[in-house]
Amino acid sequence: MKSYLSLFRIRMINGLQYRAVAIGSILTRFCWGIMEILAFFAIHESGENFAMTFSQTASYIWMQQAFILMYNVIDNDQEIEASINNGSIAYQLALPMNLYGNWFTQCLANRLSPTMLNCLPVLILAMLIPAPYRLRLPDLNTVILFLVSTVLALDVVGAIAVLMHITMFYTISQRGMKIIGRAVVGFFAGGLIPLPYFPEIFQKVVSLLPFASTQSTPLLIYSGSLTGKDAVSAMGLQVFWIAVLITFGYYAMNHTLKRVVVQGG
Amino acid sequence: MKFYIRLFGLNLKSQMRYKFSLFLSCLGQFITAFTSFFSIKFIFMQIDAVGGFTYEQVLLCFSVMTLSFSIGEAVGGGLANFPRMVNIGEFDRILTRPRNLILQVMIPYFDFTRIGLLVQGAIVLGLAIPLSGITWKADKIAGLVLMIICGAILFFCLFMFQASFAFFTMNSLDFLNIFTYGARQFGRYPFSVYGKKILYLLTFCIPLALIQYYPLQFLMDETAHPARMFLPCFSLLFILPCRALFELGIRKYKSAGS
Repeated sequence: MKSYLSLFRIRMINGLQYRAVAIGSILTRFCWGIMEILAFFAIHESGENFAMTFSQTASYIWMQQAFILMYNVIDNDQEIEASINNGSIAYQLALPMNLYGNWFTQCLANRLSPTMLNCLPVLILAMLIPAPYRLRLPDLNTVILFLVSTVLALDVVGAIAVLMHITMFYTISQRGMKIIGRAVVGFFAGGLIPLPYFPEIFQKVVSLLPFASTQSTPLLIYSGSLTGKDAVSAMGLQVFWIAVLITFGYYAMNHTLKRVVVQGG
Repeated sequence: MKFYIRLFGLNLKSQMRYKFSLFLSCLGQFITAFTSFFSIKFIFMQIDAVGGFTYEQVLLCFSVMTLSFSIGEAVGGGLANFPRMVNIGEFDRILTRPRNLILQVMIPYFDFTRIGLLVQGAIVLGLAIPLSGITWKADKIAGLVLMIICGAILFFCLFMFQASFAFFTMNSLDFLNIFTYGARQFGRYPFSVYGKKILYLLTFCIPLALIQYYPLQFLMDETAHPARMFLPCFSLLFILPCRALFELGIRKYKSAGS
């Protein structure tokens, strides 16, 4: 456990190094959020009867932009990918440490450290802009539920990310898998439009998938679209998917490692 | 010229080496565009129009942007590697060769997988053309073609604009992604939807609205003067500042060493 903790710390410090890059990405997130919100503003002006109110949608989008790196399934683990490509995975296999635990911890830290650097400025900017577009601050209960759900979502993201990395043992170039993964996960996790904007039947099915347990659940809880019993059962579903995905990933990893051939080194 | 064709051919061959991987990438591009399409469809299942534009007109807009972007990115997306080339000193090697600089950076990274995006764009365009309710006379067809061609050139310029900053920052400026990848994402709705200020910004600073909102209005307007079909051509003025920035970068360039 201690070795996982120190690994986590090293990855965190490594990620906090590049401050100039962070300022650029904060600006990007802010502009991106404004554009998304303006689009939804126009949509809400042309119709009623949406499952989410406009101010809920605005909060959803701001939180999504602030935490985007944490919910990112695909793009955060260059070192793991490189270790598969250049054969340095052999060293990691030689460590007296389970590779699944090693990767899973790295995946969590790789997402947490850039988020910690990015999220606060975006959140503050989002709270300062004029009223209907503003990030709303919900009551304390909701915030606590949101934080718990975010931690769970991070674990789901980590577990899916490790599964993606395992598939990379089987392919030479990961680009295709990554593009497909990014599109599918992004869409079903409510990355393009929040799940309540989906047609009802679709939404019922999609919200049961593991992808909805990533960003959708915490963001909907924060924005006030998912409350009370529904919120609790959605978090139960998150726990369920964590258990399933980690168990599955663990066995898939062991199965794969039995036949892995390291070519370089 | 022969040299460039050879370079292009070599790149094609090397990408074809891993056929399955190439196929997966194309498929991925296709799925990406497909999810964007559904995000429009789902919204329009609940409303009739956004900012005065119907579903069919938005689809037309979306497909034009997808097509322009896929062509522009297939050609110019490789310029995203430019900051890295400057950073590790590879650009010095290119400077020593008596050939066109931009082409040397671009051709080895020409991305054939964008064909997946192109196909998706073409399908949606094929759907939108008959549905849009526009009477397709010669001037409207020419207008549509000009939108796509000028759009592709504009997207290419934006990638070059972004890459040129590497001369000054030695690193990639991800902020400018908002005008490339962001334009693809937000360009699915006509830019007037985002309000007057954004529309002005995208008319006079980064002329994205000139290949999207204004020509779209021309297509929808039965009585519009045929000369308005040349509107997208004004966006090509953006080539000038891009070119100037690149030239300035070359003149100021100091090697980062290798």
